[in-house]
Amino acid sequence: MRKVYNKVLSVSGNVITVKAADVGYEELAEITTRRGKSLAQVIKIEEDTVSLQVFAGSRGVSTSDEVRFLGHPMQVAFSENMLGRIFNGSGVPRDGGPEIAENLIEIAGPSVNPAKRIIPKRMIRTNIPMIDVFNSLVASQKLPIFSVSGEPYNELLARIALQAEVDMIILGGIGLKFDEYMKFRNTLEAGGALNRSIIFMHTASDPVVEGLMVPDLCLAVAEKFALQGKEVLVLLTDMTNFSDALKEIAITMEQVPSNRGYPGDLYSQLASRYEKAVDFEGTGAITILAVTTMPGDDVTHPVPDNTGYITEGQFYLRNGRIEPFGSLSRLKQQVNKDSRDDHRAIMDGMIQLYAQYLETEEKRSMGFRMSPWDEKLQRYGRLFESGMMDLSVNIPLEEALDRGWSILAQCFKPEETGLRSELIKKFWPEKQQAD
Amino acid sequence: MNKQTGKIIGISGNMLTVSFEGTITQNEVGYAVRGNEKLKSEVIRIQGDKAYMQVFESTKGLKVGDRVEFTGDLLSVQLGPGLLTQIYDGLQNPLPELAEAHGFFLPRGVILDPLSKDAKWHLTPLVKAGDVVRKGHYLGWVPETQFKHYVMVPFYMDGDLTVESVEKEGDYTIDQPIVTVRDEKGQKHGLTMVFEWPVKLPVNIYKQKILPTQPLVTKARIIDTFFPVAKGGTYCIPGPFGAGKTVLQQITSRYADVDIVIIAACGERAGEIVETMREFPELVDPRTGKSLMERTIIIANTSSMPVAAREASVYTATTLGEYYRQMGLDVLLLADSTSRWAQAMRELSGRLEEIPGEEAFPAYLESRIAEFYERAGLVELFNGEQGSLTIGGTVSPAGGNFEEPVTQATLKVVGAFHGLSRERSNARRFPAIHPLDSWSKYDSFVPENNVSISRDFLEKGADVHQMMMVVGEEGTSQEDFVTYLKSEFLDAVFLQQNAFDPVDAATNPDRQTHVITQIASVLESELQFADKEEARNFFYDLRQKFIDWNYLEWQSDEFRTQEKTIQTLIKGKTQDA
Repeated sequence: MRKVYNKVLSVSGNVITVKAADVGYEELAEITTRRGKSLAQVIKIEEDTVSLQVFAGSRGVSTSDEVRFLGHPMQVAFSENMLGRIFNGSGVPRDGGPEIAENLIEIAGPSVNPAKRIIPKRMIRTNIPMIDVFNSLVASQKLPIFSVSGEPYNELLARIALQAEVDMIILGGIGLKFDEYMKFRNTLEAGGALNRSIIFMHTASDPVVEGLMVPDLCLAVAEKFALQGKEVLVLLTDMTNFSDALKEIAITMEQVPSNRGYPGDLYSQLASRYEKAVDFEGTGAITILAVTTMPGDDVTHPVPDNTGYITEGQFYLRNGRIEPFGSLSRLKQQVNKDSRDDHRAIMDGMIQLYAQYLETEEKRSMGFRMSPWDEKLQRYGRLFESGMMDLSVNIPLEEALDRGWSILAQCFKPEETGLRSELIKKFWPEKQQAD
Repeated sequence: MNKQTGKIIGISGNMLTVSFEGTITQNEVGYAVRGNEKLKSEVIRIQGDKAYMQVFESTKGLKVGDRVEFTGDLLSVQLGPGLLTQIYDGLQNPLPELAEAHGFFLPRGVILDPLSKDAKWHLTPLVKAGDVVRKGHYLGWVPETQFKHYVMVPFYMDGDLTVESVEKEGDYTIDQPIVTVRDEKGQKHGLTMVFEWPVKLPVNIYKQKILPTQPLVTKARIIDTFFPVAKGGTYCIPGPFGAGKTVLQQITSRYADVDIVIIAACGERAGEIVETMREFPELVDPRTGKSLMERTIIIANTSSMPVAAREASVYTATTLGEYYRQMGLDVLLLADSTSRWAQAMRELSGRLEEIPGEEAFPAYLESRIAEFYERAGLVELFNGEQGSLTIGGTVSPAGGNFEEPVTQATLKVVGAFHGLSRERSNARRFPAIHPLDSWSKYDSFVPENNVSISRDFLEKGADVHQMMMVVGEEGTSQEDFVTYLKSEFLDAVFLQQNAFDPVDAATNPDRQTHVITQIASVLESELQFADKEEARNFFYDLRQKFIDWNYLEWQSDEFRTQEKTIQTLIKGKTQDA
């Protein structure tokens, strides 16, 4: 039926070329090598020379291997039966279960018409004060977690997966260490969240190109579920590995690199994935949380930098805590006006004072005398860190706001906080006065 | 016209290599045909019998051998009544109509009419048979929202044109001929209310360009008072992500004192433009009492939409702006973000395998940016009236580093620079425009004296702050310390503005002048304090009162009462001596 070619013209990196006719752009092919079968995708056509990126990598590809074009682009199954299952970056089960081939859908579909988008308005509560109070997560939001290697980002992601108020979770792992993958899986299982999760897992030992498909697979499935009315949370870890895979292919294809070897379209590539986050009017929504590790803790590195421009804010994870500075949820304004009328004031006021505390802290470490005001800030800073920032704090939003007022009242006089007088009148705890 | 066709011989990303015979034109539009789909493309390079074309859609599934139909026309937009309130993609496809026809997703290869063919407009003719007109002259007008939309002689018609006949006042659709003219060669042309213009060619049908001097009021205090923008001028807002570029643009699009606002969401998040799209129809324009949408056109080519159309979207927006300027209106174009536009050029240049310049941007980056901003301007039209197009572009420098090519190329050609700083946004000091790094070449409506005093204190305050970081508070003299407190006070009550408070979000010129005068007198006064603690407490108290004052309606009773309270507080400190 489909024509089979068995002359591979060139092998370079993970890209091979064959002479073939009537091949569509981004079409899929199956290549049979002595190591087994692998999928490959068309990434360039020049007259009758077709370049393909081989998902399993080009190791062991011989010039006479068989290449069979499938006549369609990459597809993935979509079914309720996928819940609780684990697949690899080509969509093949890696948990030993049966293959699922019903309802095949194309991945990387067209983008949502901006005119059909709605203003996000539902907060997703996580019971983590640094998120709920200071940077609320909103349904349809896309947020990365910026972090250096070694920080507990996957633990944070798993905890959000367990606690977040959503219908289902789709986890995409790109270049994850095997232990991390098992830990993640076990946490979801222990927390009883596995049966509402679908996992696409590409581990560090799998071929690099296969990781490139993971975000698209996750998002295509998420999109279908969202259109059926499900509130879907997509967790991706780690998008820096994804970008590095893009870089590898781009360099193999001899594209002019723009910045530190990354291709010039890195922004568009990342954006087309992140922009899949959407709230479909009348049905479900997709929310994306993605880990982006920053090589060398450098936020100006092309991957976190481009990501920051695409996403609706970011969480910085540093020293095991979500940093209040730099961390930002751009959509929080949509939801924190209706939660409680002191929400915004506490949010801004406490951060401003914490910034002053850090300045004092700098002065203190240089050995300067502390003024009475500095002493107050010192006290405040310590209470804020232990009562709010610590990741182990697990309280609902309202309780966290009350705790905020209580911390302020333990340290300051009302007028020192810079908060509006009417709010102070309403919320200032009367019993605890500053000493 | 015999339309050329060609054949695809290569595909790489959104770039096609097409073989053709006969004549084709650079920047000509062609369609790649696959089954029923026709994918809009533009010729961007010609080499022998090969044309390189960028496709404005996804190229998924295209094959070598597929046909390409050339149109002979450059990439153009339709100009005519009905543009206002529209939401277009970068190629002037109306997005709400697309959504109605195709649902949640953007279908490939669908092109809809940008302007309604059925809507009737009430025409009042302004010419009569025998009149001689030229391109850009007014033939009549139709009411469009609150404006007189002038029907003009198409910008591409050259020479003197003699009016042969004019339709009577009445209701017409955009396609009905309303005026017949005879050109210098004696040929007759039936003119309708609509015509096309290539987006990449500037419209320069005016007597002369004039130096912009009149301030464009944005109602953001730090901009209007310290770094003003002029009508017909240009400005840029570079800043790292999260510094508030888009919020600043949104506020400006709401409160700016201009006739028409064109918002070009170019390669940015869809969510942001959605806010504008959904909220503007509900918001009331304080100048007219009508919906804000009535003076707005939105061009939304967001980051996940095709890259080539992103490149076009900025030109589309500019052309629409120039069109309304020809009617003697003040137009403000907000482009967010020009860096995404530059990146689109970079992607394209990479696919063309051009020799890259700095950070792989093409060598012509600077000239393209300059060309774009030069399309702004205050102009004198054929009838002596003035119209203006002001361009404000955000820049998203990689890593927040202003030394990168796009920011640098932009700074060379704009009249004002509103640099956003990450330190200020981290400290929640919004708008996060850096008061010491930013500049403007335009004049403010606020008396220069008050501005220079304030600026002086900001500089001195920053110096003292630097010093205090080294020698500590106890090592700082009381005089310096008070200077520092004064600058912090100015920052807190004037530079910072709460975009989410209905009153504080927009400060009118009179109020700005009034408040900065008050502040300047505080800055200049000799205040007496026993010690630093007392000084700090005084300024915290004063700051609190001023912030409360900012939240009160201008010239309301509460406003005046609060002003008295503040004055008493200040007097108390100046008379202690």
